[in-house]
Amino acid sequence: MAKGLTLEIVSPEELLLSERVDMAIIPAVEGDIGALPGHAPMIVSLRAGLVRAQVAGTTVHEFVVVGGFAEITPERCTVVATEAVPVAAATAEWIEERVRAAEAVYSRTATTDEVEVREDALRQTQLGSVLQARV
Amino acid sequence: MPSLKSLRTRINSVKSTRKITQAMKMVAASKLKRAQTQAQAARPYAERMERMLGSLAASVAGRPDAPRLLVGTGRADRHLLIVMAADRGLCGAFNSSLVRFARTRIRTLLAEGKEVRLITVGRRARDLLRRDHGKLIVDSVTFIGKSRISFSDAQAIAGKVRELFDQDAFDVCALIYNHFKSVISQVPTEQTLVPAAIPAATEEAAATSPVAIYEYEPSEEEILARLLPENLSVQIYRALLDSAAGEQGARMAAMDNATRNAGKMIAKLTLAYNRQRQANITKELIEIISGAEAV
Repeated sequence: MAKGLTLEIVSPEELLLSERVDMAIIPAVEGDIGALPGHAPMIVSLRAGLVRAQVAGTTVHEFVVVGGFAEITPERCTVVATEAVPVAAATAEWIEERVRAAEAVYSRTATTDEVEVREDALRQTQLGSVLQARV
Repeated sequence: MPSLKSLRTRINSVKSTRKITQAMKMVAASKLKRAQTQAQAARPYAERMERMLGSLAASVAGRPDAPRLLVGTGRADRHLLIVMAADRGLCGAFNSSLVRFARTRIRTLLAEGKEVRLITVGRRARDLLRRDHGKLIVDSVTFIGKSRISFSDAQAIAGKVRELFDQDAFDVCALIYNHFKSVISQVPTEQTLVPAAIPAATEEAAATSPVAIYEYEPSEEEILARLLPENLSVQIYRALLDSAAGEQGARMAAMDNATRNAGKMIAKLTLAYNRQRQANITKELIEIISGAEAV
């Protein structure tokens, strides 16, 4: 078994991280998933939340993601985020702005049948509380 | 024969033109670099997206309930073309060759009895197509006053495409843009967006993940329903960046040419000016000498 797995975090605008880690914790729609080396191949949809990279039991990187997808294979974990920033760069204004945008989408789609969009927006509105809970 | 004064003014005016084109070339070169970096930075995302989509599409392909964004409506009667050109001119044949390519395509489609609609991106695309095909244009997007293209710009365009698709306004959607081949060469390219052109699994991918059977959470359908619209934005974003880099490359080449031409023009005018000056001196001398001889 290979040691560690490669965690990649990409947003449309750049490749944010590509590193060997021991464990990646990603916020999937149906609950957090901890990906260890040798994990079964999986493609998951993400909710807004934190992606954490752990080496030797300590968290070395934390990124805020606003939805997206992740592909997990035994030796790799690729997070394809709609938007992602390191936690340190996620200011209160940045989060507020996202939450406001998400709320706007949520209320706009109230009458349409864009279920997925609406669900995503709803999850994004919880972004603030996700981060608050952490602090 | 032009007078010495008029020659002098011409030389000065060409000189200042050369200064301007030179400055524009420099600006284009630095913008090109930025555009290329941006295009490069966007590549990993598009690649990962494609890989995921490829494995997903393989598993739903052939099913009757496959999403329509993926497989299309099953017809090819109504086309939506997204024509991407620049907002500004002075970049050689960049805009005109693209629009010519688009016109040929439109004419072929119309000749085959298909319905065509257009979304133009960039002011030049709109202006140049409005004359012949104004009625076909359903929407126009421009980025005037924006220094860089962001992903949300692509998302906005993708949103419009999706809206039209949901209204069942077209069967096939294609992008027409200038592919950045090199700094001096941009190739008008057509790329189909709907139905999604899924890259066949490459040999490399097959080697790294032999028959990877993925688990999906939530279901495949739900992931695909999210992934496909996202893919649309990504493809558009990539084309936008490609086209932006191409525009700067074309402008750089055009301005380089213009600078060189101005240099040649100055040399020619200076020669004419010197000849004229010499001729005047000779003429004056002859006048003096013949006057002295007559005495």
